[in-house]
Amino acid sequence: MSPDMIIDWLQATLRWGAPLILVAMGEVFAERSGIINVGIEGIMLTGALAGIAVSFFTGNVFLASIGTMLLGALLGLGVAYLTVSRRTNQVVTGLMVNLAALGGTNLLFALLSESRHERVATFPLLFPASFSEIPVIGPILFRQPVSTWFALILPFFAAYFLYRTDWGLNVRAVGDNPKAAATAGLPVIKLKYEAVILSGIFAALGGAALTLSEVGYFASGGMTAGRGFVVLAAVVVGGWDPVRVALACLVFGAADAAQLRMQAMGSTIPYQFLQMLPYVITLIALAGLVGRTRAPKTWGAPYDPADI
Amino acid sequence: MTQNDKIAMRMEGITKRFPGVLANDRISLECRKGEVLGLLGENGAGKTTLMNILYGLHQPDSGKIFINGKQVTIESPAKAIELGIGMVHQHFKLVDTLTALENVILGIPSEHPLVLDLAPARKRFLALCEEYDLYVDPSVEVWRLSVGKQQWLEILKALYRDARLLVLDEPSAVLTPAEGEQLFKAIRKLTAEERSVIFISHKFGEVLEITDRITVIRDGHVVGTVPTKEATYPELARMMVGRPVAMDRKSRPLAAKKDPILVMENVEAMSDRGLPALKNINLTLHPGEIVGVAGVDGNGQLELAECIVGMRKRTSGTIRIQGLNVDHVMDDPSFVGYIPADRQKVGLFLALTVAENLIVKDYYKAPFARKSVLRYSAIRQHAKDLIKDYNIKTPSGEVEVANLSGGNQQKVVIARELSDQPAPVVASQATRGLDLGAVESVHNFLLAERERGAAVLFISTELQEVMSLSDRIIVMFRGEVMGEVDGNTADVDTIGQMMLGETAEVSA
Ligand SMILES: Nc1ncnc2c1ncn2[C@@H]1O[C@H](COP(=O)(O)OP(=O)(O)O)[C@@H](O)[C@H]1O
Ligand SMILES: [Mg+2]
Repeated sequence: MSPDMIIDWLQATLRWGAPLILVAMGEVFAERSGIINVGIEGIMLTGALAGIAVSFFTGNVFLASIGTMLLGALLGLGVAYLTVSRRTNQVVTGLMVNLAALGGTNLLFALLSESRHERVATFPLLFPASFSEIPVIGPILFRQPVSTWFALILPFFAAYFLYRTDWGLNVRAVGDNPKAAATAGLPVIKLKYEAVILSGIFAALGGAALTLSEVGYFASGGMTAGRGFVVLAAVVVGGWDPVRVALACLVFGAADAAQLRMQAMGSTIPYQFLQMLPYVITLIALAGLVGRTRAPKTWGAPYDPADI
Repeated sequence: MTQNDKIAMRMEGITKRFPGVLANDRISLECRKGEVLGLLGENGAGKTTLMNILYGLHQPDSGKIFINGKQVTIESPAKAIELGIGMVHQHFKLVDTLTALENVILGIPSEHPLVLDLAPARKRFLALCEEYDLYVDPSVEVWRLSVGKQQWLEILKALYRDARLLVLDEPSAVLTPAEGEQLFKAIRKLTAEERSVIFISHKFGEVLEITDRITVIRDGHVVGTVPTKEATYPELARMMVGRPVAMDRKSRPLAAKKDPILVMENVEAMSDRGLPALKNINLTLHPGEIVGVAGVDGNGQLELAECIVGMRKRTSGTIRIQGLNVDHVMDDPSFVGYIPADRQKVGLFLALTVAENLIVKDYYKAPFARKSVLRYSAIRQHAKDLIKDYNIKTPSGEVEVANLSGGNQQKVVIARELSDQPAPVVASQATRGLDLGAVESVHNFLLAERERGAAVLFISTELQEVMSLSDRIIVMFRGEVMGEVDGNTADVDTIGQMMLGETAEVSA
């Protein structure tokens, strides 16, 4: 492999890893509060379409981001209502959200667009193009859209919020022992809602980052391709710690970027096998970590405030 | 000060109904400023429910609550805290994974929402520790704390919020006698500051020692309130149980010593957390004796029981039951009788019927199964017999065990474990949470086992019943046997010292 290819691969790693990190940072908070939002795959997909749609109509990626996040918040609210207030099974609920989102985006996209592959305004580079001329780190770091940079900084903010603020402490308490939290006077239900809504916001934003960072178009038929599910795995592999979860996302991004490059190089391995690579790596990581991470104590369990 | 100014809290006609139970039936009581009010009642009398209502965890179906003379509605714990009410629950409400200090400040908004500055909180917390002489290391995660320390932490948590009325729900159940003294000192300091304490218990001795007045509750209603100075042990017992009770040492004929049933030599084992839980245990049980195991909860009793019944691996040492290596015990579970401490999770399948629960150790044997097909006629008959023999109160054997009361659930466990006439019987916290009537029948079943010639290991954190039932008593502390005393001559002080980790001269 030539140095150029390696540089290109690292650059793609960050680019593919960034949307995952965005989605994961919200999910970490939801799961820390005890709720597994399995619906992030579908919300991400919806966000991918919403980002493209708003960008197409307004030509403004800032508005597109805001609109996408609002939609994500709304979907998060729906998931929170079902899983927190109605205490539905979190996995089944999430799967239904994902299937509904797949059908919904296909339908809406068919209705919205005459020209299916129209490119729209995308996230600009954060640094002047001249920075990209710097050898090695130039192309890797500076030929990246704003969204990548945001995703690289976000985990540190997320860690700060989780470990160094009131709200983070409250969320951790709620996920580990909601009864104790309620007895201490915490609004358990409200905190769970907030955390799940946050996961909706960032899942949608991650979707928009996928479509608005590079490709600039939406493809029908579930273009997130299971990335939301990979985030669910990354959160476990990263032990519910924002920074380690982000690293897990980058590993997946690297695997994704590698398999795309191998396909492009015309490898003799059938491309279907290459496509499996990132998911197989995720499975291996999950299996290797069993018993070594500590999940929030009431992870995935419904909480009934009347039960004391 | 007028009479009314002296009342810190008054409840009037509180009624609370759960599906199928009237937990509180028009309860009225009051607690004065600077007094310790004892709330005495058997398990299930409704004490915890009443206090959960005061703390905003339950809403009463009817009734009124007054704090400092003003009628209030307490819709949540947050409101209770605001009104100056603090509560230490029977089952602690601490977040295990957070540090002691984080638990204390949980729910108190910090000065600035974006900065969690623990330094001032730490300072204030340590000052409180010193003031009430209840020290807890603020930076230790709660799961590392002993139950006694967790109790202190709960109290400090309430005091940190400046509770004027502190509810302690069965606080001494998890304390050593010396820790109990420390608690009483702290309580006296609180009342000296004009704070009020409601002290819930079902133990007469401590209620008589620490309280100013005692309100007795039975079956959800108030039986009466008496000034402690005028209260006597028999009178309280009669109010609490509704009939006279005797709790003396049970007389028993001496059994002749025969070959030992259980021999443990140098046994060591780990806890679930992978920490050493049993250290160098040597223990021999003979036929026809009850050996009591005293000690504060969590000092290796669970691991001891599980090693004997073959549910936990030893890291070293040998265990022989009637000469047979313990590793073969699980080949036929009817070989030992085991009454586990957690009857709902370990002892029973709550969703199965009484009849099914009674055969889970023998389900694959004739007459209950033939060629892997269960034969319900035999199973039903078996259930009928045991329900009669062990006096289990249930409409029929076809009822799910979950629907039985605690005492009758325990009888199902006992019937199953003892009806095969096992040589060794391990009974762990066999009376925890049962009312006095059920406690008495459990004791009698175990004494009958002794008569039959079984060797009974009786593990309990209630010193009184260990002393009233055992022929010999061993005391456990941090996984070690601190000493052994003769059941006839045992006294609370010696055992109490050993529960704290002091080795006493062996008097057996
Ligand atoms: N959340 C609940 N749901 C249904 N029944 C309950 C609940 N809490 C308590 N009970 C029942 O109410 C009665 C009183 O219980 P409790 O207040 O815990 O008694 P105590 O604290 O005096 O031992 C018991 O019969 C108990 O089974
Ligand atoms: Mg109680």
